[in-house]
Amino acid sequence: MSEPTNSLTAHVAPLEAGEHVVAAAFLSGEPVLALAGGVIKFAGQDVAAHPQGAILCAALDDDRLITGGDDGRVVASSAAGAQAIADENGRWIDALAARDGALAWSAGKTVRARDAKGGVKTWTGPTTVRGLAFLPKGYRLACAHYNGVSLWFPNADATPQVMEWKGSHLDATVSPDGRFLVTSMQENALHGWRLADGRNMRMTGYPSKTRSLSWSHDGHWLATSGAEACVVWPFKDKDGPMGKPPRECGVRPERITQVACHPRALVVAIGYADGLVLLCRLGDGAEILVRDAAAAEGAISALAWDKQGARLVFATEAGHAGLLTLPA
Amino acid sequence: MALCRPYTSGVARPISRFDYPPAEISPLSEPEPLSDKTPVTVLTGYLGAGKTTLLNRILSEPHGKRYAVIVNEFGEIGIDNELVVGADEEVFEMNNGCICCTVRGDLIRIIEGLMRRKGKFDAIIVETTGLADPAPVAQTFFVDEDVRGRARLDAVVTVADAMWLSQRLRDAPEAKNQIAFADVIILNKVDLVTPEALAEVEARIRAINPYAKLHKAVKCDVSIAEVLDRRAFDLDRILDIEPEFLTVDEHDHDHHHGHDHEHHHHGLKHYHDEDMQSVSARLDGDVDPNKFMPWINNLTQIQGPKILRCKGIVAMKGDPKRFVFQGVHMMLDGEPQRDWRDGEKRESKVVFIGRDLDEEEIRKGFLACAA
Repeated sequence: MSEPTNSLTAHVAPLEAGEHVVAAAFLSGEPVLALAGGVIKFAGQDVAAHPQGAILCAALDDDRLITGGDDGRVVASSAAGAQAIADENGRWIDALAARDGALAWSAGKTVRARDAKGGVKTWTGPTTVRGLAFLPKGYRLACAHYNGVSLWFPNADATPQVMEWKGSHLDATVSPDGRFLVTSMQENALHGWRLADGRNMRMTGYPSKTRSLSWSHDGHWLATSGAEACVVWPFKDKDGPMGKPPRECGVRPERITQVACHPRALVVAIGYADGLVLLCRLGDGAEILVRDAAAAEGAISALAWDKQGARLVFATEAGHAGLLTLPA
Repeated sequence: MALCRPYTSGVARPISRFDYPPAEISPLSEPEPLSDKTPVTVLTGYLGAGKTTLLNRILSEPHGKRYAVIVNEFGEIGIDNELVVGADEEVFEMNNGCICCTVRGDLIRIIEGLMRRKGKFDAIIVETTGLADPAPVAQTFFVDEDVRGRARLDAVVTVADAMWLSQRLRDAPEAKNQIAFADVIILNKVDLVTPEALAEVEARIRAINPYAKLHKAVKCDVSIAEVLDRRAFDLDRILDIEPEFLTVDEHDHDHHHGHDHEHHHHGLKHYHDEDMQSVSARLDGDVDPNKFMPWINNLTQIQGPKILRCKGIVAMKGDPKRFVFQGVHMMLDGEPQRDWRDGEKRESKVVFIGRDLDEEEIRKGFLACAA
């Protein structure tokens, strides 16, 4: 393990969270924290998005933070307040996705897609849908479930195309160029498909589940959590990572819980189970410390960059949070 | 770290769950203090046996505890509780080439979600459907590291109908599984049967599972302490694995093992269930770990689908500690526990409950492990 070559800890300002942070984001340029207890914390105010519930999932849609709760509600929050989008009658919202004003959520097997104009379409999966991702082009949704992923056009009557692979698929993500679909799986592995021909790829070797995935800004790399190194798979070539070893950076004897690629540079922010946060340059693996380990303050549970990549917000399961402002 | 492997066919290749043994103990796999883990009680029982009665009884007693309840048929059951989660029992095969390695996918998801309300409840109760096999629920706690890190399986509690159980044991394999799997059996509706019929059904239960705690009840009127916080899956609570022939009533909590054993035993008829039985074996003195470990691993690998549960307390040669293990189908969990005490006889015992077990083979195999 190499020692961090530099430290940015002096550029971090603490943020108040107070309880388990489920997600973090920048809305209108300000850091926002989604708390497990149902509150969205904005600078200077709390928005009670799920007054009777816990937040299970979150997705950023431009200047709104969309959250799904165990109260069965899908809520869009901004500094102006919370706006209920849907109510699934107490059924947990298991997954969310957002893109350009369109939203999708799942509750058990039921998946709903809501276009930017508010039209809602429903599809029922073969089993509970655990992961959702919009494809970058067209109004099409990847729905991860047991034994595969269904690619659904909400505005078409056609039966969704099923990308089959045995096992329980959890989170889903699509490469920014739309060429590859990747899921995390129950069996501590990732599964990928090249969408053009459905070719399978299996990315194994993780000691635990991967629950945080982040594409580099150019779409050439996929950074992943779940190991004692940030495992970064190469997706630039036409075969993606097939037959190639991944890169590893930020190797420490500690499990990685969150990853977030910088929006403009080949740098990944890495959060660990002991609360440490590092920035790693993908090219040479150079490391810069953002936050020292503080095991008692919980594992890193949320990481997000602002649009310019000038600030990074991080937060932990035990309710500690901070805002890094990169020196100009 | 492995290569990304291209696949041309859609056939899954079995993978080992252990392809990356962590060199250091990571925080996720480090055993957390017991008190941090939320206890999970699994309620099983054939249709109409009285699971919901027991559940409502648990929830309505003034115990000051808060429960998160995971039920099926959400909305159909009248349960008055703040935290009720509806579940579809989604039983998944693990993608590791092991056919009996099934888990409850919904449970993994729900326990993860419930942790967002950590501190707002004290324990979780999972009510299964009447036709459910308890094994996938239990195996979820062996297989999923996240579940294991946050929650612990407390006990499998089976409610049985005194009037109908004997018949169900003949015609419903699910009912037999539930009895065989149980740590605690509530023999309910005993007021509806004659003493002879009661003795009969009790003997039939004991033929399948002589190790569970058995409580006779009317409208599930058992003490909550007999149902919750049993720690039946804690290795350090497996102190003894003597058959429970005690006919304990609901007021007799602190019975003494061994003492009234014989006495009650006499009153019970002996049955042999044709396909589900328990096999126990004992040897005086130590086993050779180099023989025992391959034997137990091999036995559970090959006969895993038939073995519902197993437990054992073993004296390993040269080890001052008692080695305690337990398992569900192919999954085993074991560790050295406390020291053998001065004057305590070093002996080794194993118990298997399962279907069509070859008693002779198991016994011979075990005895051959003697040091």
